[in-house]
Amino acid sequence: MKFAVQKAWSNSGRARVGVLEFGSNHKIETPSLLLSTRKGLPLFISPDLLSSLPFPDSHLLQVSPFHFLEGISAKTISDVGGLHDVVGLNSNDYGLVAVPRDSLVSLPDCDGSNKFGASFETPGGRRLIKPSDYMNLINSMKPNLWVTLADEVPAWVSQKRNKISVDRTITWLDQCLSAQNPSNVVVLGPIVGGSDVEERRRCAVEVSRRNVFGYWIGGFGLGESRNERSDLLSAITDHLPEEKLRQICGLELPEEVLQGVAAGVDLFDSTYIYHLTLGGFGLSFPLERRTRAIEKDVAIEPIEKAGSDQTKINLRHIIHRKDMSPIVEDCACYTCRNHTKAYINHLLNVHEMLAQILLEIHNTHHYLAFFRKIREAIKAGEFEEFHAMFVKNRREHLAVSSVCA
Amino acid sequence: YFSMALRFEVLGRFNRARAAQLTLPHYVCHTPLFMPVGTQGTIKGMTNSQLEEIGCQIILGNTYHLALRPTSELIDELGGLHKFMNWPRALLTDSGGFQMVSLLHLADITENGVTFQSPVDGKPMLLTPEESIEIQNRIGADIIMALDDVVRTTITGPRIEEAMYRTLRWIDRCIAAHKRPHEQNLFGIVQGGLDPVLRDICVRGLVDRNLPGYAIGGLAGGEDKDSFWRVVAQCTAALPEDKPRYVMGVGYPLDIVVCSALGADMYDCVYPTRTARFGTALVPEGVLKLKHQAMADDTLPIDPTCTCMVCKNYSRAYIHCLVTKDAMGSQLLSYHNLYYMMKLSRDLHSSIIQGRFPEFVCGFLQKMFPKGDVPKWVCNAMEVAGIDISSCCAPFLTSQD
Ligand SMILES: [Zn+2]
Ligand SMILES: [Zn+2]
Repeated sequence: MKFAVQKAWSNSGRARVGVLEFGSNHKIETPSLLLSTRKGLPLFISPDLLSSLPFPDSHLLQVSPFHFLEGISAKTISDVGGLHDVVGLNSNDYGLVAVPRDSLVSLPDCDGSNKFGASFETPGGRRLIKPSDYMNLINSMKPNLWVTLADEVPAWVSQKRNKISVDRTITWLDQCLSAQNPSNVVVLGPIVGGSDVEERRRCAVEVSRRNVFGYWIGGFGLGESRNERSDLLSAITDHLPEEKLRQICGLELPEEVLQGVAAGVDLFDSTYIYHLTLGGFGLSFPLERRTRAIEKDVAIEPIEKAGSDQTKINLRHIIHRKDMSPIVEDCACYTCRNHTKAYINHLLNVHEMLAQILLEIHNTHHYLAFFRKIREAIKAGEFEEFHAMFVKNRREHLAVSSVCA
Repeated sequence: YFSMALRFEVLGRFNRARAAQLTLPHYVCHTPLFMPVGTQGTIKGMTNSQLEEIGCQIILGNTYHLALRPTSELIDELGGLHKFMNWPRALLTDSGGFQMVSLLHLADITENGVTFQSPVDGKPMLLTPEESIEIQNRIGADIIMALDDVVRTTITGPRIEEAMYRTLRWIDRCIAAHKRPHEQNLFGIVQGGLDPVLRDICVRGLVDRNLPGYAIGGLAGGEDKDSFWRVVAQCTAALPEDKPRYVMGVGYPLDIVVCSALGADMYDCVYPTRTARFGTALVPEGVLKLKHQAMADDTLPIDPTCTCMVCKNYSRAYIHCLVTKDAMGSQLLSYHNLYYMMKLSRDLHSSIIQGRFPEFVCGFLQKMFPKGDVPKWVCNAMEVAGIDISSCCAPFLTSQD
């Protein structure tokens, strides 16, 4: 695995484009999306359908080792040949990134953590995971990239707890590194420290002293306000070496991803897609890079009152009952090439699983395209305009719909 | 003369068994064939591309469910079920009657039709033969089924006779109501319970109507296996050689092999996909219960001889950790199970064409009954079918016959 940040572009602030190399010479450009998984596979997209998504953008997946605490043993995972073989994804073609937290069913529980290990909500209930337990999983899974165990805390914990979190995270980093299988040296070190910039700096300095491939920024998406996030993110990334990879968990919405990109983050997870898909939504925001301001008369469509907004369509709504058009007219995904809103509306009405399969495919495809537009904007030196325009359109839209409501 | 929208060409035979090409408006099918059940316009957990990939030729849709949601009027307005679900191959719809009788306890059958309580507002509703056909004409499947008077196979007495005669009276109402005979094929359904005399009257009555195809109904409802195959054998012997024969509700691999040996061509059942959702895989040896704790450390594929996407990629251990917990578990198991059924259909077809049908049957039985304990009813049926299976039956079992 290799990572290199491309040259900086003027007018893109901290936002950057990088190239992550894995497998047999696959190069994924960052900022990029890691597909969120359940037990190593997307929730509803089986591997044969996964290959219909854009290549190589869709070939990085985030896996939580804690999904494997039950049902299959670490030894069996190892006997099968590691996680790639378990989930049927060729290690030459797919990159698996192991992160303890998945932001969905595997979440940090900072009150339950102690000096021996981190407490997590997992699919099998609350569990205290020691670094040795974690390494047992990691060494059998053999992911391409993995994050060491962190004592992750939300932004609002006390100064004392925050300091403990940094201390424990560094201790566990050393324990994980010393327990790692020598072939598995591609590690991301966790940057914790809540909203205390000095603790974040201390953590970054300590992690940077170790042999890490890059950084994993923890503590976000745990209830902090979106307004304070931008400054904090930038303060954190300013302490991280320019040339190394930065991944984050807990930023979901397009606006949140843009905040992360603006601060110089390279990798994001796709829990947003999961929530949209289960909610019956299809992403629909325009993907032209030079997004124009919304024309007011266009914005006040009847669709606004259908639980949809300018970024997504509520396919459960009755107005799609007879709609023979795809979710997004010129979308090239399997779903839009083959199925109509009317059919997906029917599938949702009768609780058929194919609805989720089709929605996860479309939403993943669309979100990957959004990341492609972000990269293009950075390369064109227009990221700040792109960011500002996207947020402005959303705000205007929300203002328009609140007037309508 | 009754018009038809199908061509049925027998390509090969082995005694009573036949392999045919069934040309339907949307697809050229090869028989014997298995039709997966796509109740609500989708096979649970499978995309159309996957169904095409595994060789699925025809899907069954349930008229009762589709008429409730999204309604046949909407399907019609949007261009028919093929277009609505974007399925380019063949479709078959049932009459809706069986679903009502089996799903709604308050269904009552009179000469006019099936009366039932609307699941939407509880009001009494009536499904007549005319309405069933009208709805199916709107849905637009390649094959539509006549409304029949369905009785449980375990029932005996005059009700069976009444149902059989009513089914014959209703077929004329179905034929008269059928508006699209050039695009959709109306199949009649043989009723008559387990009574050979009644079955005979029904077959003859239906054959007189010269329908595009015939179904054997009223089976797979809990009757004993010996009665089951005897009814199939009697009906297939009496039905015309040049028309497809469909045994309704049959889907166990063993039953399909036996019925095909007796000259049946088409089958449908929810079993392969339903059992997948409960964690059971179809394998040559019978079934494999993936939920079983022993699967947790098993690094073999579900079926080491299977070449499907799932068996090529996954261990039993991984499927074990998915089944009944994650959607992906039932998706992957449904894929394997339907692949198994499609492969069985292809193997039946090609072994008949290649004149090695008995070898195929023996190989199938040997894997399923490695000790040679082939059930008596299978031996009896194969004797009538003229298939020598002595090589896979244990000697003490055959000598006792
Ligand atoms: Zn799409
Ligand atoms: Zn298989």
